[in-house]
Amino acid sequence: MTITGTSGPERVPPTPSHTVGPFYGHALPFRDGEEIAPLGHPDTVTVHGYVLDGAGSPVPDALVELWGPRPDGTVPRADGSLRRDPATGGHLGRNGVEFTGWGRGQTDANGHWYARTLRPGARGRHAPYLAVCVFARGLLVHLFTRLYLPGDETALAADPLLTRVGDRRDTLIADDETDGTYRFDIRLQGEGETVFLEFH
Amino acid sequence: MPAPMPLTQQDIDQEIAAEHAAYVKRVADGAPVEHHPRRDYAPYRSSLLRHPEQPLVAIDTREDPELVELHSPAFGERDIAEADNDLTRQHTGQPIGERITVSGRLLDRRGRPVRGQLIEIWQANSAGRYAHRREQHDAPLDPNFTGAGRTLTDADGRYRFTTIRPGPYPWRNHVGAWRPAHIHFSVFGTAFTQRLVTQMYFPADPLFPHDPILQSVTDDAARQRLVAAYDHSLSVPEFSLGYRFDVVLDGPAATWTEEGR
Repeated sequence: MTITGTSGPERVPPTPSHTVGPFYGHALPFRDGEEIAPLGHPDTVTVHGYVLDGAGSPVPDALVELWGPRPDGTVPRADGSLRRDPATGGHLGRNGVEFTGWGRGQTDANGHWYARTLRPGARGRHAPYLAVCVFARGLLVHLFTRLYLPGDETALAADPLLTRVGDRRDTLIADDETDGTYRFDIRLQGEGETVFLEFH
Repeated sequence: MPAPMPLTQQDIDQEIAAEHAAYVKRVADGAPVEHHPRRDYAPYRSSLLRHPEQPLVAIDTREDPELVELHSPAFGERDIAEADNDLTRQHTGQPIGERITVSGRLLDRRGRPVRGQLIEIWQANSAGRYAHRREQHDAPLDPNFTGAGRTLTDADGRYRFTTIRPGPYPWRNHVGAWRPAHIHFSVFGTAFTQRLVTQMYFPADPLFPHDPILQSVTDDAARQRLVAAYDHSLSVPEFSLGYRFDVVLDGPAATWTEEGR
């Protein structure tokens, strides 16, 4: 498939967004939602952190979705993130082989989230990053941000988004905790507020 | 210091009216129509500490067609079990309540159908209680109703759920706060930029003017788009009442052409 252009005239008014509320827990999280990487894949990275509100308090009912490319920068086309069991109607989990690139997890009672996925490759002029989408009670419209992986300073210095946000770029770059683990806190408001994005 | 007076419905109604008047004035002064809520909508108290104060950083996707956000995760038949779109058949017995059929189309802003994408729904039972442990509302649980479903849109972007009509329920935004009956929707488009989570309401609910979550959509026409329409052609004789709810995704999307097919 090939992109031949972006959207033309937008004639139909959109459906407004609403908060995910506090009670999605029996519906949206699914088994292995955070285990995006195929089992034992050598390019696996662990990303994790806290979601914090404007008082610096952890947000225990946030939902974090990640979406990213393969290590070679290509976009996954595989389905199967939330495979269902036709016999029981429950979740089977991923098959541990295919990489869908997408996952979902909820923060725990400490406001902590995590995921294991494949190290994203660079696309276009961008340094490697994972697309992040945050939902929470109290958040009337979800928030997009990006989790950039540290390491390649040349690529980070040339990144079109990071070069635009000045001192706030550090909120978009995860901390290397060694052994392929990266810390990325999401601050919804206040000091050190994460850079959030809107797409046009 | 004396304890603050508890917030009443009247207080919240006044705040809602003030936010609405401010929006009407902004538009009269030439500001654009706001299709979505503002994230800092004080009548919904949970928004106070959970909205960014810095402006969002705008990304012009036309300059950068390589963005991974212009693609969407894929979902397929193996992600859906047979009873996933019939919330009345997920247990051994029938749930209590008024059976409804909810159907509509998933479209982008050019009116094109979004095919083969995932729609997830969740809701309270007919008594207004969620099957969620943190739920504190003292209404009965229904052992035959979980209230979660999912489906894929078809070639016309159409989806269909069978469920029961959810009840309204109290919450703790202010004294006497009640949510109008609603079904939560989570939807994917052809691009991750189009991701949407929203709520569908039922026609003519008397709680509408008092609900700060629905009223956070300050534009009257936009708010109306969250209300399903009764559609007799969707009603199933001697089984269910039909409601139509079309979902239109916002946000830029790439235009795709299939190669080699």
